[in-house]
Amino acid sequence: MSVLVGAGTRLLVQGITGREAANFTRECLDYGTQVVAGVTPGKGGEEVYRVPVFDTVEEAAAATHPDAALISVPPLGVLDAALEAIDARIPLLVIITERVPRRDVAALLTVAHAAGTTVVGPNSLGLIAPGACKLGSIGGPAADVRRAYTPGRVGVVSRSGGMTTEIASMLTRAGIGQSTCISVGGDSLIGTTLLDAYRLFAEDPDTEAVVTFSEPGGAQEHELAEFLEASGGPPTPLFCFVAGRFVDDMPGTRFGHAGTMVEAGGSTARAKIARLRAAGAHVADRLDELPVVVTAAMGTDVAA
Amino acid sequence: MRLYEWEAKRLLAERGVSVPDGALARSAGEARVVAGRWDATVLKAQVLRGGRMKAGLVQFAEDADGIAEAAASLLVAGAAQVLVEERVPLREERFIGALYDPRRRMPILIYTPRGGIDVEQDSEGSVVRVELDPHGPVEEFRLRAALQRAGVPGSDLRALSAIAAAVARAFLELDATLVEINPLAHVAGRGWMALDAHIELDGDALVRHQDLVERFDLATRGHDGRVPTAVERAAAEIDALDHRGVAGRLVEFDGDVALIIGGGGASLTVFDAIRDAGGQPANYCEVGGNPSVAKVSAFTQLLLERLNPARVAVVMNVVSNTRADLIARGVIEGCLAAGRAPGETIAVFRVPGAWEAESRELLAHYGVRAFGREIGVDAAARMATEATAA
Repeated sequence: MSVLVGAGTRLLVQGITGREAANFTRECLDYGTQVVAGVTPGKGGEEVYRVPVFDTVEEAAAATHPDAALISVPPLGVLDAALEAIDARIPLLVIITERVPRRDVAALLTVAHAAGTTVVGPNSLGLIAPGACKLGSIGGPAADVRRAYTPGRVGVVSRSGGMTTEIASMLTRAGIGQSTCISVGGDSLIGTTLLDAYRLFAEDPDTEAVVTFSEPGGAQEHELAEFLEASGGPPTPLFCFVAGRFVDDMPGTRFGHAGTMVEAGGSTARAKIARLRAAGAHVADRLDELPVVVTAAMGTDVAA
Repeated sequence: MRLYEWEAKRLLAERGVSVPDGALARSAGEARVVAGRWDATVLKAQVLRGGRMKAGLVQFAEDADGIAEAAASLLVAGAAQVLVEERVPLREERFIGALYDPRRRMPILIYTPRGGIDVEQDSEGSVVRVELDPHGPVEEFRLRAALQRAGVPGSDLRALSAIAAAVARAFLELDATLVEINPLAHVAGRGWMALDAHIELDGDALVRHQDLVERFDLATRGHDGRVPTAVERAAAEIDALDHRGVAGRLVEFDGDVALIIGGGGASLTVFDAIRDAGGQPANYCEVGGNPSVAKVSAFTQLLLERLNPARVAVVMNVVSNTRADLIARGVIEGCLAAGRAPGETIAVFRVPGAWEAESRELLAHYGVRAFGREIGVDAAARMATEATAA
């Protein structure tokens, strides 16, 4: 019923003794996530909501066998924390920390790629397989999560953390459940892009459709559109919303010469809408129309 | 964070890239001093934006009076400093740059056999891209091999690959997000020279470059070339009142409905929704995290008093971290402080999620229309627009 994570996911939280990390650790436990260990160097032997804390990932991994690591450490510590988790062969890293230097992100993604490790983020709010588990602060306290998210067959992937919950809530109210909802992070350099997430959903037999939320900037939507075209149309129905059309009309939003060469195809909201439509995606003009468009195209295939 | 051209040129010159001889001037008198040093002179306004040639911010002069006059006009046009340089006779123009390629998720070096102000259109199909190792040493031999494959003749190969390596080193050592030399020009008798340079630093990595922060006084520099308005500066001060949450990032517009909207993707969505409903926003802003009542109140008061909107609309996504009741309290206090009745001023309040019931109770007391997730963002935007027009 989900991608990347499920009811069996065993979570390790790096930086678990931090205020924010301790807070979402409790939310995750309340929602039913198996948080098996935490790591904070120097705090080995302590507990956070009964989760044992270790000094190193190696020690935590040997004792508790996690298969996902959530990283919530200060920005300059993220590279080392990620390398430590990759070295311990944890197959999925979710990086919550924002404002990580870009060179560090590029370095950790290079190492992760070579090791076959999947990275979500940085600057992700986390991800959730409704009814099974949630990783990170996504959706907030368990009671709020249950109100916004319902188990089902639509995958959600969003470049905005807050809008992940808004979209899930809209789908839930329209009677459409979700298989997995992923906040991929708002930065320009991230481990799991819209295309990566879409491909995971397309290969998942329990996901019938995918909803994406996009913003101006970057080449992710262009990349997704290229994939749809190369596949001869969307292998799984795709429903998109692109926010920020007004930014197109604002003076001063520009990219350098080199940026334009890298972001071939245009990175404005309107350019993305046109590109995705031409490639066969359903693009909603208004956010409120998103569940209507999904229901019209999918009918009972996506009913919760 | 963008650096000035003169700063970028110094950082590249320190890594072995040739640049024209030049000096900085803060006044016409200072510019005049260099007269006679070269046959021809170019004067370039030091401003933090591109397209200077097309905007008339680059001028040419020959004698002392011409130099003083050009410098004066560039200073009047808004530059605090003018770079006065020798004008070199160039034969060929190239482009070399380094940046992160979001598709490859790697830093890359870009070379094009043509440079100039329209390089991205002119160079289609002839762009050379070489991946750089984000933490390893710069491998000049790879850059040299790529340039050789792209048809760079043996006579230029060593010089151009050395410059490419210097650009790559600058990019990685400085934690830059962009380094560009455009044009990289061939000057008779002097070889390849950087006639213009553009460096952007990663604001999130500045903490490990205190030397640069001090050397170029980066602590006080804005993020783009646009000068914030007085109201925008006031909003930034309010946001800095305490470290709880964000209520700021204000951008002023001309409309009649002030907006208090969620952060990031939510604010983009709501702003579009208001415009789609026929409304004219008076501002863009981002409210996120869990800002204090005092901060939200001061921010609301600022919007009402300084932008004088007919109404204010409070529209957010489903919140989990932000407390709806604290936003409600702040907005009401802000209305009262500005001498405006909340029930007549707040066009719509749509903040679903944490502490929603408490927020509704408070708002009902003041006669404000409050909603949760039973209405969508677009429906809330339509209500805001209708109430503002009424």
